[in-house]
Amino acid sequence: MTGEGGYSADEIMTVTAARALREGMTCFVGIGRPSEAANLARATHAPNLVLIYESGTIGAKPGWLPLSIGDGILAETADAVVSVPEIFNYWLQPGRIDIGFLGAAQIDRFGNINTTVIGADYAEPKVRLPGAGGAPEIAACCREVIVIVRQNRRTFLERVDFVTSLGFGDGPGSRQYLGLPGAGPRKIITDLGVLEPDPATCELVLTAVYPGVAVPEVRERTGWDLRVAADLGEIPPPRPSELAVLRGLLAAGPAAAEAPR
Amino acid sequence: MAEIVSLAEAIADAVHDGDTVAMEGFTHLIPHAAGREVIRQGRRGLTLVRMTPDVIYDQMIGAGCARKLVFSWGGNPGVGSLHRFRDAVEHSWPGPLELEEHSHAGMANRYVAGASGLPFAVLRGYSGTGLADHGANIAEIICPFTGDTLTAVAALRPDVTVIHAQRADRAGNVQFWGITGVQKEAVLAAARSVVTVEEIVDVLDPRPGAVVLPAWVVGFVALAPGGAHPSYALGYSVRDNDFYLAWDAISRDRETFGRWLDEHVSGRGDR
Repeated sequence: MTGEGGYSADEIMTVTAARALREGMTCFVGIGRPSEAANLARATHAPNLVLIYESGTIGAKPGWLPLSIGDGILAETADAVVSVPEIFNYWLQPGRIDIGFLGAAQIDRFGNINTTVIGADYAEPKVRLPGAGGAPEIAACCREVIVIVRQNRRTFLERVDFVTSLGFGDGPGSRQYLGLPGAGPRKIITDLGVLEPDPATCELVLTAVYPGVAVPEVRERTGWDLRVAADLGEIPPPRPSELAVLRGLLAAGPAAAEAPR
Repeated sequence: MAEIVSLAEAIADAVHDGDTVAMEGFTHLIPHAAGREVIRQGRRGLTLVRMTPDVIYDQMIGAGCARKLVFSWGGNPGVGSLHRFRDAVEHSWPGPLELEEHSHAGMANRYVAGASGLPFAVLRGYSGTGLADHGANIAEIICPFTGDTLTAVAALRPDVTVIHAQRADRAGNVQFWGITGVQKEAVLAAARSVVTVEEIVDVLDPRPGAVVLPAWVVGFVALAPGGAHPSYALGYSVRDNDFYLAWDAISRDRETFGRWLDEHVSGRGDR
């Protein structure tokens, strides 16, 4: 849905995520919105962004958005295609990759992520979610993690029902105690704004909002007593050029790219 | 040494009721024709092992083949839920499904250990997650050299691994390329194996980046052109993304799924 600024909440969320990626970075990309944002960045300000998908495709340069992490276009355009054990053991685990891009079904005030089950009883879940995939090691090993997730009280909780991927655990010192090599979540990009961890407490704090978003609304859509940064920022709206490229990516597909044969 | 047989013969010989069966292929080269053949032959009580259960195991779980699932990500890639998988977990339909879940890195390393003839593999992973508390076959281990706390995962040793490849030659040497996933490890970890192929050729000319499995580590080779559909075989077909999208509606409802099974699997040969 397009708002009064001429863009939708989903679009500003994707554009904001794309802007967080800098030229030349290496980025471990999940499918869906992370893939949209990474490909938008590559098509705009970061043409040399290195996209790595868990299917083992390193430096993929898809001309359209793939539906799965294993679409043929990723292998055909990659700098290298490696096996699945290799992508996790040689590339992700040693901490070679700058940014890990994750989604979440639930996220808590310390940035821990649940994609496993909804409900307190693992054996009798209310909802069975897909599970971990590559996320636990992406969250552990990438130098930084960016999370993209729509914000509401079902998703933003005091504690997640199940820790699939660790953010800051119970707070300061958890990651160090567990020996995780990466720094953890640096930005949680939502459809209202951006949350970042407080350097002292590791608690996620609202640091910026989109134009027209009021702080009480963000607090209302958060399942804990959300703190707001003293220097709360406002995120610039998407530029027409960013929107045009994003909409082009979403409209493009193999048929559009290859026709006429 | 590989025997070249029909798909029906390969499944009849290699896959038995109660077996631990790994059907691998990471989005690419998923052995769907073999999965349908397992359903057609009415196998029961299987422990199904696969990193991404995907539509292939959604079909086999819904058809009642599975007792247990060992996996790391159970969704319809890019689409949403696997509804037959969820119905089995949430409502025990068509029967209860025991779960053992891991991360991708954990599953990949479990296959590596199996292929290497080791009892376990070591990785940095699972730390601080609920998976380590709930999962079998995951344990902390102290590095004898540095004292670091690491994670050990037990080897996977399937009774049988089933994969799909682009080609084999007449001796049963197998070649596949593109996204090669974890199939080499899964075949080498298993006691038996079945490889379905797009074509059988006189000579396997070398391909950049291809994995070759020599005939002497392969059990059965069966010709199954298009046998990865709706997944794909690079150079032969493209991923049928429309089918993955359509599967959401087909699988959401038990009756619609039952009709799909009757029309597309039961009583129809995949040759």
